[in-house]
Amino acid sequence: MSDILLTIDGKEVRAKEGMTVLNAAQSSGIFIPTLCHHEKLEPYGGCRICTVEVESRGRTNYVASCLYPVEKNLVVRTRSEKIDKIRKVLIELLLAHAPDSPQLLEMAKEYGAKSVRFGKEPSFCVLCGLCVRYCAEVKKKNAIAFVDQGPKREINFIPEIASKECWNCKECFPLCPTSYLQAAYVLTQGLVGFKNS
Amino acid sequence: MDNRRIDEIINKYDGKPNSVIMVLMDIQHENKWLPREVLEKVSNKLGVPLSEVLHIATFYKTFSLKPQGRHEVHVCTGTSCHQRGSAKILEKVQDLIGIKPGETTPDLRFSLEKGSCLGCCTLGPEIVVDGMHHSNITPDDVEAILKNYK
Repeated sequence: MSDILLTIDGKEVRAKEGMTVLNAAQSSGIFIPTLCHHEKLEPYGGCRICTVEVESRGRTNYVASCLYPVEKNLVVRTRSEKIDKIRKVLIELLLAHAPDSPQLLEMAKEYGAKSVRFGKEPSFCVLCGLCVRYCAEVKKKNAIAFVDQGPKREINFIPEIASKECWNCKECFPLCPTSYLQAAYVLTQGLVGFKNS
Repeated sequence: MDNRRIDEIINKYDGKPNSVIMVLMDIQHENKWLPREVLEKVSNKLGVPLSEVLHIATFYKTFSLKPQGRHEVHVCTGTSCHQRGSAKILEKVQDLIGIKPGETTPDLRFSLEKGSCLGCCTLGPEIVVDGMHHSNITPDDVEAILKNYK
């Protein structure tokens, strides 16, 4: 399989077929900010923070780089006025849900996002799905799931599974950008009353 | 709902993991709600993690995780019915059976739902009980209608 040549921020990058723009950028040391991305997990495209500008066949488009496959002669820009604005708004929206998330605050500083623009509505979970996907894809335990839909969507530990599996694992805890996950775990623990088994 | 019937439903779909929604729909249709034990059984039989089954069962509005009453009462609150005073009818129904939309009476006689347009705008305002349309009614008619459903 021949390599695909593309340009990211004016730098020529070689990539293999099937790679995403994000993979290609990371492999050549170009930084694209991400939130819901994790190298061990399938791309999710939930947070859209990794949005970049791609130019292919004369058209400019804004895409999530963690999902967009590399193409020949693709021209990618990871920073521009418009991208910064997109990321800023996204971060502001996420901050409305998780005003004190360290990861978000750091990005907010970079992109000049202020959390006052949208009303605060702290649900503390930004639904990045890292915990749910890590549990399902890497640990194959499925102890945590999304429940409900639309604005009521939230993460929930399934007590039947969590009481058996979670105590000795807790590998999802450091993944959470907002620390809400730990709270959800303790809440489930409190409601169902399971402990070290 | 007895275990044999659930097995029958699951076997109808050859126990394939991708038939979760169909199986749940059939059970919902017969039992009117999905008890936790049934979800666990479906999860075991089809080899789909319980979290996935719960994800599906909570996502779709078709599925109810709470017991439902023997009779389903739908009050139309669509635009046409609203213009013709469905708010008063809903109020009267709530007064009579003592529950709000989305709830079920403790004796499991009625479940109350409101719907934004049940499809018969010319006949409004209307309520639908167990699929039977009672059209062009006033709040005074409600008591007589509900009396027929024990």
